[in-house]
Amino acid sequence: MAKERITGSEALMRSLEHEGVTTLFGYPGGAIMPVYDALYGYKDKLNHILVRHEQAAAHAAEGYARVSGKVGVCLVTSGPGATNTVTGIADAMMDSTPIVVIAGQVGTSMLGSDAFQECDLVGVTQPISKWAYQIRRPEDIAWAVSRAFYIAKSGRPGPVVLDFAKNAQVGMVDYEPCDIDFIRSYVPVPKTDPETVRQAAELINGAKRPFILVGQGVEIGGAQEELKQLIERADIPAGCTLLGLSALPSDHPLNMGMLGMHGSLANSVKTQECDVLIAVGMRFDDRITGKLNTYATQAKKIHFEIDPAEVNKNVPADVAVLGDCKQTLAEVLELVKPNCHKEWIESFQKYLDEETSVVIEPEVHPAEGPIKMGEVARKVTEMTGNKAVLVTDVGQNQMLSARYFKFSQKRSIVTSGGMGTMGFGLPAAIGATFGAPDRMVCLFVGDGGLQMTLQELGTIMEQHSPVKIILLNNNYLGNVRQWQEMFFGKRYSFTPMMNPDYNMIASAYGIPNRTVIDRADLERGIREMIDTDGPYLLQVAVIEEGRVLPMCCPGNDVDDMVLDY
Amino acid sequence: MEQEKTFYTLIVFSENFAGLLNQVTAVFTRRQVNIESLNVSASSIKGVHKYTITCWSTEEQIQLITKQIEKRIDVLQAHYFTDDEIFIQEVALYKLSTPAVLENPAVSSAVRHHGAQIVEVNPTYTVVSKKGLTDDIMSLYYALNDYNCVLQYVRSGRIAITKSCTEYLDAFLEERRRIHEEQQKQK
Repeated sequence: MAKERITGSEALMRSLEHEGVTTLFGYPGGAIMPVYDALYGYKDKLNHILVRHEQAAAHAAEGYARVSGKVGVCLVTSGPGATNTVTGIADAMMDSTPIVVIAGQVGTSMLGSDAFQECDLVGVTQPISKWAYQIRRPEDIAWAVSRAFYIAKSGRPGPVVLDFAKNAQVGMVDYEPCDIDFIRSYVPVPKTDPETVRQAAELINGAKRPFILVGQGVEIGGAQEELKQLIERADIPAGCTLLGLSALPSDHPLNMGMLGMHGSLANSVKTQECDVLIAVGMRFDDRITGKLNTYATQAKKIHFEIDPAEVNKNVPADVAVLGDCKQTLAEVLELVKPNCHKEWIESFQKYLDEETSVVIEPEVHPAEGPIKMGEVARKVTEMTGNKAVLVTDVGQNQMLSARYFKFSQKRSIVTSGGMGTMGFGLPAAIGATFGAPDRMVCLFVGDGGLQMTLQELGTIMEQHSPVKIILLNNNYLGNVRQWQEMFFGKRYSFTPMMNPDYNMIASAYGIPNRTVIDRADLERGIREMIDTDGPYLLQVAVIEEGRVLPMCCPGNDVDDMVLDY
Repeated sequence: MEQEKTFYTLIVFSENFAGLLNQVTAVFTRRQVNIESLNVSASSIKGVHKYTITCWSTEEQIQLITKQIEKRIDVLQAHYFTDDEIFIQEVALYKLSTPAVLENPAVSSAVRHHGAQIVEVNPTYTVVSKKGLTDDIMSLYYALNDYNCVLQYVRSGRIAITKSCTEYLDAFLEERRRIHEEQQKQK
């Protein structure tokens, strides 16, 4: 193909197009202006969503990536524009989300001189990104962009940062598209040792009380079907991590619900009783394990994992099956014999029943009193036929919607797990509407988190993005309040919230809205939200001192769960 | 109870990209492990840099550190070793006051006794160089210091080569080359 002489900015547009990018989230500024000028000519090919703050561009890119499986892209200027994306980059790193952040940078002749809006972005983001690179010459653009996308999406996905110096944006280059699918020093998917597959199958076949932990790796690897076949054939009950919740349909008879600090009681108890613990694409976060040195010590552990650095990091594995779980699960499946663990599975029921009567029923079907958060989540999931994408912010809104929402399709939960980023929800939900335009996107957010990125209502207004915002308003920073209640003698230090009139705010942005205070109006409110085309804000006045239960208190044994207090 | 720590030597190979040293050392910082010595130089393979890093650590921790270093995109390989698995060398330079050296014959005797070399003599100072292991180098330093003649002293980071008969990096690069070729053929 003949080379064509174009500017670096134009080369970036071509490179993005070459990578199949159709959507990007961004915010212009001085050091990225040549790129925005080129983007003006690509309006029909690249749909640029103008956010209201760069943090939101990063979270929106994450939301887009999480529901679509594609790489989310954000475009920002240097200095403050770039540093505003840092939270999103760190969030994407923790939750293995493929995004590429392209930030402007001052020209190379000014680098290191504390020039206007100069910031050492590569230095700042290196520890929190999969790869960070400064493009200093227009000749490097095609290579760097291709490498960035390859790194972001391959293996264990993650964020990549391209720091794009201004002289490279305006310089001329003989553009030629570049396709990188190999990096000598980078092994995205480690080789699977067939012996580990054999050992894993042997442990599974011999297990009397096996238990599977389903992580986001199953979603990322697209191994939902392989997982389902494995648990069905070997008759193994499964618990899902927060990010893995939609990897297995909620109504699957072997799905025992969420794991971890606010997971199901049965899962926590059974973790300490199983004889073989099978972890698939999860990393034994402390919110899952509780106290590490008592965690499932009785069990042999099998760890299916793509990232060798996760093996033995927190919980030592007896058998570590490295590789892509879609592949490794399929290989193990060939050696796994049909089995029946009726008695073991039935033993979960006692704890499921106990949790249902003590925790779940009072939360989702309260007879009287203020509306509860779990009640709202359960109603919304029912009324959307369990088909909606759940996006959450962080805190009680997150835990309760994750607990009570139900999933029937893959890639249906978008939440900030590892970082626990408040303010993530609203922009991530915007991104999700672009990543899954045919699906309903329901955002559960609290009055604290909504205000952290409230400005994005402007993006919703402009894009008419159909985000269904369910604002669970308890006039508190609820999760911290709960911890203060439990561990700090009810000293509610700076957790009560004085709130604005959210209906007026939504109306100011032209977003249809309603506030529900009485239980009798809840269903009607949700119905109106669902039936309204485009965005909607449903504010629900929920119980002020609402609590997320059950709870494995930090540092406790995983099965030491508080059901009520 | 604090686990017993061992002195480990990490050998890391990376592509020659700017900013990699930061990425490597950041792994130690996060895990709160002090680097005792660090040597970075070009390796025998063009474009590949070799890092020799020493630290005190538990085996469990050094395993995690090694894997986290290797996880960085442009790091080719990282391995850790105990002292019995490698040949080790360090070098030190001692700048001594020439009048003090001349005044006390015990100084030059110590230099000879330690197998050190004199690399420069002028009326003001004498430069001595010694290679060896930390203990030998330090022992000469203490001896000289007792004679009050040391003006400057510096000891290098450790360099090491493995005793193993396999060259891990060569095997790795060969394997990667083969995989790349296969990938190309499939296209």
